[in-house]
Amino acid sequence: MSNDPLLEVENLKTYFFVGDQTFKAVDGVSFNINKGEILSIVGESGSGKSVTSLSILGLVQKQSGKIVDGEIRYNGKDISKLSNKELTSIRGKEISMIFQEPMSSLNPVLTIGFQIIEGIRRHNKISKREAKKRAIELLKQVGIARANEIYDDYPHQLSGGMRQRVMIAIAISCNPNLLIADEPTTALDVTIQAQILDLMKRVKDEFDSSILLITHDLGVVAEMADRVVVMYAGQIVEEAPVKELFDHPKHPYTKGLMESIPKIDEKKKRLNQIEGVVPPSNSFTKGCRFAPRCKFAMPECLEQDIDLEEINKDHKVRCLLYENENNSSTEVN
Amino acid sequence: MYKYVIRRVFYTIPVIFGISIVVFVIMNVIPGDITSIILGTEGTPELREQLRENLGLNLPLYQQYWNWISGVVVGDFGESLRTGAPILPEILSRFGLTLELTLLASLIAWVIGIPFGIIAAIYRNTKTDIGLRIVSLFGVSVPNFALATIIILVLSLGFNYFPPVGYTSLFEDPLMNLERLFIPALILGVSMAGSIMRMTRSSSLEVLEQDYVRTARAKGIKEKVVIFRHAFRNALIPVLTMIGMQIGFLLGGTVIVEQIFSLPGLGQYILTGIMQRDLPVVQGSILFVAVIFVTINLLVDILYAYLNPRISYD
Repeated sequence: MSNDPLLEVENLKTYFFVGDQTFKAVDGVSFNINKGEILSIVGESGSGKSVTSLSILGLVQKQSGKIVDGEIRYNGKDISKLSNKELTSIRGKEISMIFQEPMSSLNPVLTIGFQIIEGIRRHNKISKREAKKRAIELLKQVGIARANEIYDDYPHQLSGGMRQRVMIAIAISCNPNLLIADEPTTALDVTIQAQILDLMKRVKDEFDSSILLITHDLGVVAEMADRVVVMYAGQIVEEAPVKELFDHPKHPYTKGLMESIPKIDEKKKRLNQIEGVVPPSNSFTKGCRFAPRCKFAMPECLEQDIDLEEINKDHKVRCLLYENENNSSTEVN
Repeated sequence: MYKYVIRRVFYTIPVIFGISIVVFVIMNVIPGDITSIILGTEGTPELREQLRENLGLNLPLYQQYWNWISGVVVGDFGESLRTGAPILPEILSRFGLTLELTLLASLIAWVIGIPFGIIAAIYRNTKTDIGLRIVSLFGVSVPNFALATIIILVLSLGFNYFPPVGYTSLFEDPLMNLERLFIPALILGVSMAGSIMRMTRSSSLEVLEQDYVRTARAKGIKEKVVIFRHAFRNALIPVLTMIGMQIGFLLGGTVIVEQIFSLPGLGQYILTGIMQRDLPVVQGSILFVAVIFVTINLLVDILYAYLNPRISYD
């Protein structure tokens, strides 16, 4: 793993316009993904993590959603302003994506084989026969035993886990540099989840690609990620290497998330939970967006917008509680 | 697949049998009979009774039904009570016209309805979409006879063109045949196009939102290919069902347009039959239309299974 950024997202803002309302789904998000790294974005439903990932490939619903500001640099080149047509040569080849719902992510009326070779032949000039050979190889690579038979099957003939393997086969078919996985295991059984995560790790090592892993499952994060970005209400609230984040979570929201993981050695009747819900993205107020749910909220929290500050090396947090800590640490330096 | 088709064919037998009974009962329940029409005002009760006996109308209903259906099964639809002409050849020759009219109208409806439905879905909620939806609403809501009258008026007053009336067979003079059938077919087609467009639009909209369409885009597939290969085929499935029903409906329901343009089609034959209480004519024709209707639905189901691999053949 090197420190060359493969993808740099800077001040990304993706808004949805419905009627006369503006939904700020992603509101000024910045992060980097280095070559060979697994970066995980975590957050509750509605925190904007999926929209962030869709924005990278320009797949946000065009009817109402739009990237209004920011840059997405891939290998140093801003791809956020490319036309849909220009983006099609990046999608699937340079950056590919795996989705949450394996049951509905494959076209029901086309065979598995066709759906794999379609992408291969879009980006490589090879014959149908070669593409088929490659597709069967890919199916074997993702752990499908009867690859030859599956090739001619339709999606409804496969189980959820198998379909997610096929999705991975499609995603890696052109050796992409970046694999975006949007909750790839959420819809699967726990045993299948572990297999799929293993598979993704293997694939990453084999092709030396980077992974952007979107999830709300901290267990998956601990297992997979090198670095973690925690999102809340369209903003990043904390960013840290995975060990640092689990050992020293700073933001009250991150702490809340950690406390709501069930622990096997603690005999508690009820799990801890963060009271309340994520505010709707058309009604953000000034100041900290988490303050209404925060145990440590102070009047100052609502006075002005709070910046994401680096409090330790590689550890950033958006919270007033650490403002002084930040100052003192700079003084020490 | 083979078994599926055969089984479906067998399923149609009880349906057709049921229809024959319903048609027979309905025709015998409505008041009035052929004798008063044949004999006119001069018919005395005695004369009418005698005529009834000659025509077999005095027999018990089940016997009348048996006489009729046992002939039908072997292809003998009987003769018209009014003219004495055999019914089946008459149905067949008229059915040719109705079939041609139906197919031509359907073709026009598809050519207009499906592409505009897709366009409306792609450009949803834009001016294009709203415009198309308003136009389609006209197609759906203006009745055939009104549209026919308007078109005839516009053509004759505005362009001094009088749509030809009457019928020339396709085999006699194909061009003339087309000229005579085009405007009636256009009228029928336009009304169908409205509902096809709306159906295509809504089912395309639904399909374009599907996860697999997003997957196709994420693979880098070009937008045109995404729409035609990934969305269109899925969107067509419900449209196909509707098309099947429309064709079936038209085969028996072109009567108004046939009347307006004096086309000797099946609808006209049935209508005359009903007016004259010519029972064998009406029963035979309706049964014939029913068989065609069932056959078309069978074809649609088979096509359906072809378009949608999730339907099992077992």
